[in-house]
Amino acid sequence: MVVTCETVWKEISNYIEGDVDASLRAAMDEHFRKCQRCTSVLEGTRNVVQLYGDERMIEVPVGFGRRLERRLAQEVRVGRRTWSTWSAWLIPVAALALIAGGLRWANSLSVAHPLQSEHAQAGHNIPPDLPVVVSVGAKEFHVAGCEFIHNKDKIRTLTAKEAIREGYVPCVRCMRKYLQAATVSQDLNESEADSREGAEERPRGE
Amino acid sequence: MAELNVVLSNPEQGTTREQELIAKVQGGQTELFYELVRPYERRVYAAALAILRNETDAEDAAQEAMLKALANIRTFRAESRFSTWLIQISVNEALMKRRRERTRMTEAIEDNRDDEGEYTPRDFADWREIPSEALERKEVRQRLADALASLDRKYREVFVLRDMEQLNIQETAEALGISVASVKTRLLRARLMLRDLLAGGWEQGWFSRLPFEKGTKPW
Repeated sequence: MVVTCETVWKEISNYIEGDVDASLRAAMDEHFRKCQRCTSVLEGTRNVVQLYGDERMIEVPVGFGRRLERRLAQEVRVGRRTWSTWSAWLIPVAALALIAGGLRWANSLSVAHPLQSEHAQAGHNIPPDLPVVVSVGAKEFHVAGCEFIHNKDKIRTLTAKEAIREGYVPCVRCMRKYLQAATVSQDLNESEADSREGAEERPRGE
Repeated sequence: MAELNVVLSNPEQGTTREQELIAKVQGGQTELFYELVRPYERRVYAAALAILRNETDAEDAAQEAMLKALANIRTFRAESRFSTWLIQISVNEALMKRRRERTRMTEAIEDNRDDEGEYTPRDFADWREIPSEALERKEVRQRLADALASLDRKYREVFVLRDMEQLNIQETAEALGISVASVKTRLLRARLMLRDLLAGGWEQGWFSRLPFEKGTKPW
């Protein structure tokens, strides 16, 4: 392979990078042995790369490092302060949350004041004397044997009336038939309403 | 080629000390960050200056880049060189800054295409070697800086990132958002142009034919 001066100039940068294949490299080496001009170009280009690659060629403004250090230190302090401000708030907030959580937990243990459920129903047709079960820590009362009873080993039995008075709400699954009846009742016209009057009377009569 | 490879290879592959510092900073000891980046602060600045050509803007960009690096230190992965990572952040920061301030940058409308055709060297006289020791002289450094300043932006940026910042071709392409082929073309032209600008004898010829404004430091 024989290369011209033009090819050498085109490839000289890749040659310096070691980014030419073996045959081209051999041909260029051969060319440099004979061509003084191209050798001058190669030497100059290498010299340029070497000189500019020297660390001394990079000059920074006076005080650059000091200003950068100060700016970073400031950033680190601000980061810390932001965190400490947060943590200063977080500690009492977390403490309050724990206290509140503890109270709620304690409340949930107390049968006298169970939590109100979002499932609380305004109207229902549950017979007041219907035996129902409630369990520790739960908000709902159930028909005995309902699969949605939590803590089945800690249940107690009482009447629906008592359960409601204690703040328990009907389980939407096992009490469905009473709840649906109540919902339907609100939509019924007067003529149909007569037939279920008795059923509605009972909870109202409490 | 062997001796040149020594020059081109990165002088500070991630040292054990550096890896330790990175781990500590990633673990929350942010006060050690400056110690970690200190060896590269000059290169981070030079990368920004190559793009912005203004010392104040370059310092701003370099500081912003360092703050970003600190904020994102946990995203750094050991498979890349830490210095390269920092320089790429700096280049990115400088490019964004230039874009934001495009209206008052005279270079913004500069052609970014690669020149067609080949560059023909102008000076074929025997090259007079400029020894590294000459860089101790302020006027020599200034002469080199001025020559670089006279290059078009597209050549200067590639040259600075590859030959001064020691990024490899691929990293240079990624940092500037251009193709590897463009990097190679521009690098060739930048090197040959600089050679021509510096030919003619550094001891006699140079200082009598300065085509540049004195005192400018372009990168």
